[in-house]
Amino acid sequence: MSKPIEHDYIGLSEQPFPSMEKSSDANDKKNGLRLKDTELRLGLPGSNSPEREVHDQNVLSLKSFVSGAKRGFADALDGGVKWVFSRGSGGGSEGLFSPRRGGNNNGGNDLSGPDSGLGGPVSKDGDAQNPLVVQEKKCQVASGSSHGNGNTSATASKAQVVGWPPIRSFRKNTMASHPTKNDDDYNAEAKLGSGCLYVKVSMDGAPYLRKVDLKIYGSYKELSTALEKMFSCFTIGQCGSHGVSSRDGLSESLLIDLLHGSEYVLTYEDKDGDWMLVGDVPWVMFTNSCKRLRIMKSTEAIGLAPRAMEKCKNRT
Amino acid sequence: MESFELKRSKDSVNSDQSAHWSSFPDEVLERVLSRLKSHRDRSSASLVCKDWYHAERWSRTNVFIGNCYSVSQEIVVRRFSRIRSVTLKGKPRFSDFNLVPENWGANIHAWLVVFAAKYPFLEELRLKRMAINDQSLEFLAVSFPNFKALSLLSCDGFSTNGLAAIATHCKNLTELDIQENDIDDIGGSWLSCFPESFTSLEVLNFANLTSDINFDALEKLVGRCKSMRVLKLNRSVSLEQLQRLLVNAPRLAELGTGSFSQELIVREYEELESALSNCKNMHTLSGLWDAKGIYLPALYPACTHLTFLNLSYAALQSLELAKLLPHRRRLKHLWVLDTVEDKGLEAVGLNCPLLEELRVFPADPFDDEIVHGVTDAGFVAVSFGCPRLHYVLYFCRQMTNAAVATIVQNCPDFTHFRLCIMNPGQPDHLTNEPMDEAFGAVVKTCTKLQRLSVSGRLTDRTFEYIGRYAKNLETLSVAFAGSSDWGMQCVLGGCPKLRKLEIRDCPFGNAALLSGLEKYESMRSLWMSACNVTMNGCRLLAREMPRLNIEVMKEDGSDDSQADKVYVYRSIAGPRRDAPRSVLTL
Repeated sequence: MSKPIEHDYIGLSEQPFPSMEKSSDANDKKNGLRLKDTELRLGLPGSNSPEREVHDQNVLSLKSFVSGAKRGFADALDGGVKWVFSRGSGGGSEGLFSPRRGGNNNGGNDLSGPDSGLGGPVSKDGDAQNPLVVQEKKCQVASGSSHGNGNTSATASKAQVVGWPPIRSFRKNTMASHPTKNDDDYNAEAKLGSGCLYVKVSMDGAPYLRKVDLKIYGSYKELSTALEKMFSCFTIGQCGSHGVSSRDGLSESLLIDLLHGSEYVLTYEDKDGDWMLVGDVPWVMFTNSCKRLRIMKSTEAIGLAPRAMEKCKNRT
Repeated sequence: MESFELKRSKDSVNSDQSAHWSSFPDEVLERVLSRLKSHRDRSSASLVCKDWYHAERWSRTNVFIGNCYSVSQEIVVRRFSRIRSVTLKGKPRFSDFNLVPENWGANIHAWLVVFAAKYPFLEELRLKRMAINDQSLEFLAVSFPNFKALSLLSCDGFSTNGLAAIATHCKNLTELDIQENDIDDIGGSWLSCFPESFTSLEVLNFANLTSDINFDALEKLVGRCKSMRVLKLNRSVSLEQLQRLLVNAPRLAELGTGSFSQELIVREYEELESALSNCKNMHTLSGLWDAKGIYLPALYPACTHLTFLNLSYAALQSLELAKLLPHRRRLKHLWVLDTVEDKGLEAVGLNCPLLEELRVFPADPFDDEIVHGVTDAGFVAVSFGCPRLHYVLYFCRQMTNAAVATIVQNCPDFTHFRLCIMNPGQPDHLTNEPMDEAFGAVVKTCTKLQRLSVSGRLTDRTFEYIGRYAKNLETLSVAFAGSSDWGMQCVLGGCPKLRKLEIRDCPFGNAALLSGLEKYESMRSLWMSACNVTMNGCRLLAREMPRLNIEVMKEDGSDDSQADKVYVYRSIAGPRRDAPRSVLTL
């Protein structure tokens, strides 16, 4: 998503972005107008914009290039592409995301009135025809009422409007520095004020240990991928015995085989000092109780599994 | 008011006026009027006749100035000579949300200079949304030997060095109340500036500060100030430290804890519980930052008489709140975070029959990934259980017209109804219709309504309702609403008691602005930002109404003809001279 692509007049490329694949058949490409695209039904880069099917035209999850400031298409935008909507609204609004208002409500950076929608003005006139300007880092835009029903899905992205919702700075700053996501009890336990959770990782046969920050991973899969990358250099020597040295380098799948196959198991020492098999308990409970990790040869781990199972049974 | 201009020149004359129709001698009149506390009553009394005007002004000790630019310092000190307490409000309320330029004004210093000359015995100063710097705080500290109470709410421009100056010099200080200000928090050593001999402090609120404080100094201070009744700590004070403070201050009526999340061993927990339960006078509890559910039971015995519980910095779950509330049946005021969700609010409805005020703040207002929070259901549940509810501030992500209609049917006594549906312009989430009928129900049913904040998708119909039914409405806040000028015209044409009107991001233009020509002089102020008002409209207003101050603040890159932000207010002081260049006075 970062290479500049040739743009049509609204800055969208002729080549479908991955997220637009599903809609491309529905698009009217004859005149290159791509009205549906102007409704900004684009998903996030790399996603298959699943929201589109579910939430119809109400989700305007505008990609990051909209902001023109932060990621991806910033360069391309700077090439002076004009984002002009054929709206017939007052004034010649320079573009959707310019600070000019085209004679209507908005100041430079404010979200427009209730009936605005990025795609909306194409099909209806009326009150607020204001360009929506993305404010802060989250460069995604609230759904408008493009077709009269401004239903916002709970996951619809929202522009950061200055001073909205009306919350005083003290409260904003206080909550920002101490986030309060409390989806489940484990989460509440997990955020004991520390921002990272480094644990030592040892691998049998490796000459030195590593450290990983468990907080930066969200699941076992992420952790194992990271560990595989980290310890790949140590397992190269083992490849020969499996007759795979003819492969170029070491692929991820090979590592997975090594770690989850017969050669190694991933274990951890918990708060009680017991060595457990990684993967039995929910991720968050694991990050709370994990003191160190050990990539153990499976031959040594044989006695481990039954004990681990027993302990889990006692816990649940 | 003009007729009283003549009276001012007689200031120095002896107060014994002759030949008045009133049978009260002045001394009696003054004595009687001095009992009037409400400044509105006093203003009314002062308009009766010139004797009453004089008696009132000589007996007044407390002056309230709702807009610091509506009157000049000279006028104030000329009229009132015996002031002991001043309350001043400065910037428009939307400055709390960063809509007003930084250097807009409302600086206290000029006032302090005049007060130092004319009210050397000033005891109390309460400021809201004023700019005050450290030099001013120091000047205040040294200029008024009797100074007793300083309260700063939503102010900016000062640092903890200014607080140090207050602590150092104000020998008779009884109240230091620092709330929600934009403070430059350099460090907590200001607490050690209170001299060893200083014992008079009754109210200490530094919950606003973020840095660590000198706990030793605090402990000693609390220990020697035996009359302390309000103590609100900041987050850096731990549970263990809290316990040590409470042991020395069992007479506290209002407590703001520090961080409520330290790991305690059993003995420490029991000591805390015991210290809290010794506070038999406690009626207000706040703070509770990072409160962990497991320590909340320590509060139970302490708070049987609690009337105000502020949990708005404690991200409690619904179950935790549900367990906490049955002990709090006397609660009248409850502030929570929306982490308690609808289930938590159901518990409120079940356990707090005397509840009068509810505020629900959003824990994650800017994150749409969060699907939790409170909805219409929670609000309805509270309304069923709390018929005395009259003040609500409710941040939610969805609401329905039917829910609001039910709510006001259950609670018809609303005086303050502030509903914030956080997604701008969001309609009824069940019917997809605008939220007009919801607010229509509010104004029709709640005849005592004084303050209203609207949100969601609203057409002009909402404002028709407001103009027609909201006869007692004084403050109206509008954002992302309305369809045309007509909406604002309805409000300005109705609402006889309207004093403050603040509008942002609405399609109201010059016609709407000018329809209120005659109204603005009876109002305190009007704010319009990101609407359709132009410079020409403002100029026209300025021409027609010379006694209004019209200020326009423009944003970078906007059209020359647009009036991005307009602030209109009545003033007998004329246009102000301290406006920065970014603020145009017409």
